[in-house]
Amino acid sequence: MIDPKVLERHGLKPDEYDRIVAFMGREPNLTELGIFSVMWSEHCSYKSSRVHLKTLPTGGPQVLQGPGENAGAVDIGEGLAAVFKIESHNHPSFIEPYQGAATGVGGIIRDIFTMGARPIALLNSLRFGSLEDPATRRLLEGVVAGIAGYGNSIGIPTVGGEIAFEPSYAGNPLVNVFCLGIEKASDIIKGVASGAGNAVYYVGAKTGRDGIHGATMASAEFDDKSAEKRPAVQVGDPFMEKLLLEACLEVMKTDTLIGIQDMGAAGLTCSTTEMGSRGGAGVEIDVAKVPQRESGMTPYEIMLSESQERMLLVVKRGREAEVERIFEKWDLHASHIGEVTTDGLLRVKENGKVVAEIPNRALTDEAPVYRRPMSRPEYLDEVQTLDLGTLGTRDTRIRDDNAALLALLGSPAIGSKRWVYRQYDHMVRTNTINMPGMGAGVVRIKDTDRALAMSVDGNGRYCYLDPRRGAMLAVAEAARNVACAGAKPLAATNCLNFGNPERPAIMWQFGQAVEGIGEACRALDTPITGGNVSLYNETDGKAIYPTPVIGVVGLLEHADRVVSRCFRAAGDAIVLLGEGRGELGGSEYLKVAHGLVQGQPPALDLKAERALQDLLVELAGARLMRSAHDCSDGGLAVTLAECTFDSGGIGADVSIDEVAVAGSADTGRAAALFGESASRVVVSVAPDATTDVLTRAKAAGVPARVIGRTGGHELRIAVGGQVAVAVAVSDAERAWSSAVEHYFAKRVA
Amino acid sequence: MKFAVVVFPGSNCDHDAYHAAKDVLGQQAEYIWHKDTDLKGADVVILPGGFAHGDYLRTGAMARFSPVMKEVQAFAAKGGPVLGICNGFQVLLEAGMLPGAMLRNRGLKFLCEHVHIRVEQTDTPFTAACRRGQVLRIPIAHGDGNYFAEPEVIAKLEANRQVVFRYTNANGEVTDEANPNGSAAAIAGLCNEGRNVVGLMPHPERACESVLGSADGLAIFESVVQTIKSGALVARA
Repeated sequence: MIDPKVLERHGLKPDEYDRIVAFMGREPNLTELGIFSVMWSEHCSYKSSRVHLKTLPTGGPQVLQGPGENAGAVDIGEGLAAVFKIESHNHPSFIEPYQGAATGVGGIIRDIFTMGARPIALLNSLRFGSLEDPATRRLLEGVVAGIAGYGNSIGIPTVGGEIAFEPSYAGNPLVNVFCLGIEKASDIIKGVASGAGNAVYYVGAKTGRDGIHGATMASAEFDDKSAEKRPAVQVGDPFMEKLLLEACLEVMKTDTLIGIQDMGAAGLTCSTTEMGSRGGAGVEIDVAKVPQRESGMTPYEIMLSESQERMLLVVKRGREAEVERIFEKWDLHASHIGEVTTDGLLRVKENGKVVAEIPNRALTDEAPVYRRPMSRPEYLDEVQTLDLGTLGTRDTRIRDDNAALLALLGSPAIGSKRWVYRQYDHMVRTNTINMPGMGAGVVRIKDTDRALAMSVDGNGRYCYLDPRRGAMLAVAEAARNVACAGAKPLAATNCLNFGNPERPAIMWQFGQAVEGIGEACRALDTPITGGNVSLYNETDGKAIYPTPVIGVVGLLEHADRVVSRCFRAAGDAIVLLGEGRGELGGSEYLKVAHGLVQGQPPALDLKAERALQDLLVELAGARLMRSAHDCSDGGLAVTLAECTFDSGGIGADVSIDEVAVAGSADTGRAAALFGESASRVVVSVAPDATTDVLTRAKAAGVPARVIGRTGGHELRIAVGGQVAVAVAVSDAERAWSSAVEHYFAKRVA
Repeated sequence: MKFAVVVFPGSNCDHDAYHAAKDVLGQQAEYIWHKDTDLKGADVVILPGGFAHGDYLRTGAMARFSPVMKEVQAFAAKGGPVLGICNGFQVLLEAGMLPGAMLRNRGLKFLCEHVHIRVEQTDTPFTAACRRGQVLRIPIAHGDGNYFAEPEVIAKLEANRQVVFRYTNANGEVTDEANPNGSAAAIAGLCNEGRNVVGLMPHPERACESVLGSADGLAIFESVVQTIKSGALVARA
C-alpha cells in the first residue's frame, strides 16, 4: 500500500524510504510512515542545514542554554536568565495571513514559557512585496492584525521589529517572530522525558484535524495550488494559550515536573519523540486518551495534527494530583495519556493496541543529513558590478538632494512604521522604556536596576548581492542597534529564510550566509543560542532574496541610562562615530533614485565594529550620550533626519566631507549623504561632554568627529562646504510619517 | 490601605495595576481570583485590562458572570470605590454598573498610543486629587473603545456630570482628531450616579513612572488613596 504516490504525498524521497525500511527491519505502516515524514521533513530535521549550522559559535560564559532546546538562554546577572528565540511562520502566513501570523506568535511564546520563563517581549521581522500591489496590502494588514490579535490578547508587548518591501517577497512573504522571557537561571526547565513509569500528560486545546502536515508544507515550494493548502494552516486561540501560560508557570513553581514541551510543528509526534530522545528514554502513549475535537480521528491524524495551544508534560510519579489540581484551577484538563519507558521506543497505542512502534533514535539522531551540492550563482557577477561613472540620470522626480532625501524618507522601507506598531500593544506589563520606532526595543526588569535591549535585523538586498557579507552586516546591525541603546550585546538567535536547498545556487547562498553569521558572531561575542531555518521560500520556481534575520539581546546594567534615537536638546554637539566611505552598492538610494539593486554591499571590518559597540556601551554607561542612532538604510542624511523626528522639532546644522567616487557631482554628493557604509553611529552630546567623548573614542580606536550642532527647526547638511540639504524638520517628518500610512489612509480613521 | 486587583482568566494588566498600587504607591495590594467570593478587606477594587475569558463573544460579556462580580457589585452598592480600566471598564458596562456599550474603534484597528484626556469631574474618588480641566497624557490600548449610548443616556450622563474623562488634544480641546476611537461625546471615562464606580479606557497604571514615558496616571491612583485616607469613603469589603 505504500507506493511512490504515497511517498510523494508525504514529501519523502525513495532513498529516504529505503532508509526507513532498513531501520525498521520491515515496511512501516501508514501511521509510522506519517510519523517519519514529519520528523524527517526539512522543518523538523534540519537535514539540509544541519552540517552548516554546526559551524556556528554557540558557547560562551554568558550562555546558559545553547541550541537544541525549545529556546536559548543567557545569564543577565542577579541570578536571572533571559530566554529567547526567533522563529518563522512564512508559509502559513502567505496562505492565511491572519492565522498564519497569529499562530507564529503563539508558537514562539510557547517555546519561551516551556523553558519556565515568563515571556515579557515580542519582536517581529516582516518582508513583503511592493506596497503598490493591493495583494501586498492585504497580506500586510492580515499579518499585522494576526500578530496584534494574538500578542495583544495574551498580554505580551511587541516592543519593536522591522519591515522591508522588495518584489522578491511578493509571492512569499516572510513572517519571523521573536520572543524573550525572564526566569531565575536556576529554574530553567527542559524538554526531556526520563524515569521509567513517570506520567506523560497532555494539556491544552483538543486535537483536531487542522494543520496535518504543516511541517511538510513548510518544506515544499509554493505554486498556484498553494491556496488549496489552507486546511494545513492552524487557527490560534490566544485565550487558551494565556491559560496554558499561567497554569504551566504555576505548575513549574512546584517540583512535580521532569520536563515539558509544546506541541508545535509535527504536534504530538515531535514532542513525544524529542522528549524521549533527549532523555534517552522511550515514550508510550494511547491516542484514545488524547482529547479530540472531532470524532473518528485515526491514530495517523492524531499523531500528525498541528492543533495549536497544546503542551506535553512528564510528571513525577505520585505527583499527578498536584499537577491536575493546578490545571483545573485554570479550567484546563490535564489528560494522562501515557508513560515514560526504558526501551527507547515511541510506542503509540489505540485503546491498548499498538499502532506504531519506532525507535526514537531513528526519528531524531538518525534522520537524514544532507551535504547538498553548492555552487556560486551565475547572477552574482552581473549584479555585483557597479560603475558609478556610468550611472545615468536619476529619477526625474529627484531634482536635487532635498528631493532625494524626502524620497528616501517617504519610501516604505525607511519611513515610519507607526501604522503597524500602533496596532501592537507595546506597553502592557509596564516595562517598555524604549518604544517601537526609537531604536532597539528595551524593557526594564522589575525589582532590579537592569534592562534588556533587543533588535531584529536583516537585509535581503545585501544578502542577494553577497550572502556572506550581507549576513555579517545583519549581525553587526542588530548588535549595533542594541549597543546604541546603551546595552552590551550578549547573544543572538537567527532565522534563516532561503529558497529551495535542492538547488546548488540556493545552498551556496545558505552556506555563505551561515559562514558570515559565524564569523560576525565570533568577532562580536554574540553566540547563537538557537533559531530556526525556513527553506523552500519560493513561488513558481522563483526564490526570495536570501534573508537571514538576526535577533540580538543585550544588557543594560542601569535601566535609567537607556539611550534612544531622538535629539534631546538644542545646542548639543553632533558626533559621527565611524567613517563614511561613500559606499552606494546595494543602497536604498540606488533603488529609489535609479531603480537599481546593484553593487557590493558595504564593507565590514569586524574589529572596528566591535570597538564601536564597546565604545557605545561605555558612553551610555558614563551618561555621555544624549541620543544615538545607527546609520543604515539611507545613510547619514536619513539617520540625521530620523534623529530630528519625534524630538519636538529640534533641527540640525551639519557639515560633512566630500567622498571621492567616480561619476557625476550628483553621485558624489549622494555617496556622502546616502551611502550606507557600516559601523557608523550618530550621537548627540552635551557641549561640555564633547571633549570627553572624543577622548574616549580616540582611546578606543574609533574615528570620531563633531560634524555639527543640534538646533533650529531645519535640517541643513553641507557637503564639502556647499549646502546640499536644507529642509524644514516638519516637512521631512511629514514625508517619513506617512510613508506606510498613506497606502492605507482611506481605510484608517 | 488595600487595593484588590481582580484576576479574570485572560486579564493581562493585572500585574501592572498591582505593581502601580504596591510598588509605586506603596500601598497594600492583593490579587482576587475571579472565582473567589471574598474581597479580603480591600478598600478599593480594580478591574484590570485584558481580554477576560478571551472576549470572543463581546468584550466583558462573560466576565460579568464570574462569581467575584457579585461581591464587586455589593461592594459598590455600599459606596466602595471601584475602578474599571479598559477591559475592566467594558466589564462594568456589561454588568450594568455603568451605562452604555463599546463598539469597535471607528478605524477598525487596535490602537496603542499615548492620548490626552481631560478631567471633567473631580468629585469622584479617582479624580479627587486632580484639577478640573487638567489634561493627562495616558496610553490607550484597545480595539473596542468606541463608547456608545443612546442620545438620551448621553444627555443624562452630561446632566448628572457623570462624564469623568474626555479625549482632547494636548491643550485640552475636544476635537475630532483627538478622539482616537470615535467615542460618543469624546467620552474616555464615566462614573455611576453614586460617583464611586469609575470606568475608563486609557490605562493610568501604565503612566505611573516617568521612565515609562508619563507619570500622569498617578493622579488617579493618588486620588483614591487620598480619598480613603481622608475618611470620605468608609466602605470596606
